[in-house]
Amino acid sequence: MIIWMVIGMAVVTAVPRFLPALIVGFVTFPKWVDRWLNAIPYAALGALIFPGIMSVKPDAPQIGVIAGLVGILLAWLNVHIIFVVLGAITSVFLMTL
Amino acid sequence: MEPQAIRTTASSTRIHMIRKGMIAGFPIMLGYLPIALTYGVLASRTGMTNLELTLMSVLVFAGAAQFLAVGMVAAGTGMIEIIIATFVLNFRHFVMSLSFVNRLKGVALKAKLPLSLGLTDETFTMSALYKDEAREKYGGFFYASLILTAYLSWVGGSYLGGVLGDVMPARLSDSMGVALYAMFIGLLIPSVKKNFKIAGIAVLAMLINFICQTWGMTQGWAIVMGTVLAGFSGVWILEDEEVTE
Repeated sequence: MIIWMVIGMAVVTAVPRFLPALIVGFVTFPKWVDRWLNAIPYAALGALIFPGIMSVKPDAPQIGVIAGLVGILLAWLNVHIIFVVLGAITSVFLMTL
Repeated sequence: MEPQAIRTTASSTRIHMIRKGMIAGFPIMLGYLPIALTYGVLASRTGMTNLELTLMSVLVFAGAAQFLAVGMVAAGTGMIEIIIATFVLNFRHFVMSLSFVNRLKGVALKAKLPLSLGLTDETFTMSALYKDEAREKYGGFFYASLILTAYLSWVGGSYLGGVLGDVMPARLSDSMGVALYAMFIGLLIPSVKKNFKIAGIAVLAMLINFICQTWGMTQGWAIVMGTVLAGFSGVWILEDEEVTE
C-alpha cells in the first residue's frame, strides 16, 4: 500500500519538474519573459525564507528571525556560505541553551 | 577567456566542473543531513520499513512533501489525499524548472531531463546563483554533480535515520533546523549587494507569501504565488542579460 503511495507521490512530483525541459527547448521567449524567469530565483529565495524562518522554533519565532539577522550580517561581510550556515546554527544553539 | 583555460584538456575540465559542483553542493549537504536523519526517524516510527522510507527519498526527493506524507500516514489519511497534497506542495518546482531550463539552453535535452528531476528548493536556488557555468563547456557536469551531492546526502541521510534512529542530540538537530534558511540568506545577500533592487523582488515575495498564508492558502500555493507574482516585478526591475555564445 505504501509503495503505491510512494509511486503516486513520485509521479506528481516528477511531472512538474521535467515538463518545462520539454517545453522550453522548442519556444523562444520574448525578452520580458526571460527577465521574469531570471527573477524567479530571487523571488523563490524570498518566499522560502519568510515566513518559514519563524517556524525554526515554533513557540519562539524571534529565535529564527534573530538567527536570520545573524546570517544576513555574516553574508553581508562576504563570509563564505558554509560559515553563514554554521553561524546561524550556532546562534540558535546558544539562544536555546 | 584566459589562455590557461584554452590549454586545459577536456577531461580535466570535466573533473574540474564535477569538483566545483560538489563544493557548491556542500552547504546543501550540511542542511540536508540533519533533516534527512529526522525524516528517517519519524518515518520508521510510523511503521514504514527502511526500504519504503528510503525508496520515498530515492523516488520523490522532496523534503517538505515527505514530512507531510509521513505526518499524514501517521494520522491515517488516505493515499489519494496524500498524493494530491504532494502535488500542491511541489508544484512550485514547475516554476523553478521553467527558470532553470531557460538558462540551460546550451545543454542537450537528454541531460536537461535528468537534471530537472533533481530540482528542489535548494538545488534550484544554488544552481541559479551559479549562472555562468550554464554557458561554460561541460556546464552540465557542474549542475549534475551539485544535484547528485544533494541527492545522495538526502537519500543516505534518510536511510541512516531509519536504521540508526535518534543519533543526534535533540538540541543539535533542533538548532540545525535553521541551516537551510541560513543557506537561502547566504545565497540571496551577495546578489542584493550587487544589485540592491533584487532585495525588492525578494521582500515582495516574502510579503505575498505571508499574506496568502494569512488568508488561509496552503503553504504550497502561497510559495507559488509569492514566487510567480514577485518574479513579475523583475520584468521591470532586471535588465536584459548579454547572451554570448
